[in-house]
Amino acid sequence: MPAAHEQACIVGIGQTEFSKASGRSEQQLAAEAVLKACQDAGIDPKSIDGMLTFDLDNSDEVDIMRSLGCEAIKYTARLPQGGASSVSTIVHGKHAVEAGFCDVMVIWRAMNERSQYRFGQPHHSMSPDAHSSTFMEWCFPFGAQTPAAWEALSCGPYMHKFGVTSEDLGRIAVTFRKAAATNPAAWFYGKPITLDDHQSSRWIVEPTLRLLDCCQESDGGVAILITRADRAKDLKQVAVRILGAEYSMLFNHEIISDFYAGDLIRTENSESVADKLAVTAGLAPKETDVAMIYDNFTPQILRQLEGFKYCGIGEAKDYVADGHLELDGTTPLSPNGGLMGEGYIHGMNNITEGVRQIRGTAANQIKNAQTAFLASGVAGAIIGR
Amino acid sequence: MRPDPIQRIDTAFFWEACARGEFVAQKCEPCNKLWHPPRPMCPDCHSLEKSVATLSGNAKVLSWVRQVRPASYGFQESPIVILVELEEGLRMVSNWIGETLPQIGDDVKVEFAPTSGGKAVPVFKKVSA
Ligand SMILES: [Zn+2]
Repeated sequence: MPAAHEQACIVGIGQTEFSKASGRSEQQLAAEAVLKACQDAGIDPKSIDGMLTFDLDNSDEVDIMRSLGCEAIKYTARLPQGGASSVSTIVHGKHAVEAGFCDVMVIWRAMNERSQYRFGQPHHSMSPDAHSSTFMEWCFPFGAQTPAAWEALSCGPYMHKFGVTSEDLGRIAVTFRKAAATNPAAWFYGKPITLDDHQSSRWIVEPTLRLLDCCQESDGGVAILITRADRAKDLKQVAVRILGAEYSMLFNHEIISDFYAGDLIRTENSESVADKLAVTAGLAPKETDVAMIYDNFTPQILRQLEGFKYCGIGEAKDYVADGHLELDGTTPLSPNGGLMGEGYIHGMNNITEGVRQIRGTAANQIKNAQTAFLASGVAGAIIGR
Repeated sequence: MRPDPIQRIDTAFFWEACARGEFVAQKCEPCNKLWHPPRPMCPDCHSLEKSVATLSGNAKVLSWVRQVRPASYGFQESPIVILVELEEGLRMVSNWIGETLPQIGDDVKVEFAPTSGGKAVPVFKKVSA
């Protein structure tokens, strides 16, 4: 554990609007988000000396430097595994800053995944030897070609074993959209849905995922700034400490096409992360005040609630139905409306919401939020004052 | 028509066998373990010495889906995708061949379906009780 003055803190957050057609380049979205994060923190962009993003991000480090005028970069890294890397960036950002690899780390993700390409559609131009895509070889010629199809196939045994129905999933979508409806930054601001709306939405993947079980495709950019506590105390915002951040990828598992390991019932990677967090952060995800859990598709919420030990195996659908995830529930979920309701910037907009909750500045503010849990399957972090 | 399988150096043996109508898996020679998807090295004993084992083709359905929107690329109609567990303990993604919908737990047996470029992939048909 680092000494208190060396602990990594999130000191700045920035985001563009979330839309379906940004009208500008991904590079510009990235640059705008980074600049906003710097202004939020009161840090000169020229002093950024560490950079972290997803391996799937199209904006080059050199180009970000060219726009922001960063004088010298001491550390860069790119992380694999799609949206699972959203919270992984916090794991790496924390350790890089605490280890002294860099002093001002910027994390960004920018995408025109609605207007420029369709992130949820078949990637038939993907090379099987390209990064993160070897699994495609075993799915593509069988017509399982979208994230929704892989997700539904991997969740089938779990849903069958515990009798999870489409209505059970619908209640999760309704919860997200209810929160989004009162968040002005959300794409679905002012547009809550009913369980009937969910039930009458068209099939995306039979017999599991309807349209309203899926996150959006969005255009937008998000950036986060991390520095050490001793520097953070002189900046504009209340420093949000990264109390613990853990990652776990177990043998033979895959991210969304997770077919080959385990019993297809338990979410073993998440269980391992929860166990490690209890030690390093000193509290369990369930003990935090807000849960920001990656919601690409509704079944992922059930699997992660169990993996991160909010409830027992097979109990998640009842945990949802009992209202625990409501904004006034025991463990409120994604008050921004999540990736389904607010926008899908590959999970990163859930992290900025976690930070706002700790600062006390969120649109749907949870009263006295002292700690928040950030999760993306194989990665989890607990942040707090 | 169904797209051709993507082939890589370490996996070509599997698809070449399918084209001949043979259903196989990678077998580690020193430790006799079977692996799927194929890989250059045995993760148990780290041997590079591999052979190809013929499988029974008997399997059980673990999960099924049909990609409705967008429809499956390269197919006339989106097929029913199944995840199966083979008798030998390996799992693989494949397709269900049959008029009715699959049920989780159904016993199935391998067949082969042609692809647009004259290759083949393994698919499964229900074994009547
Ligand atoms: Zn071996």
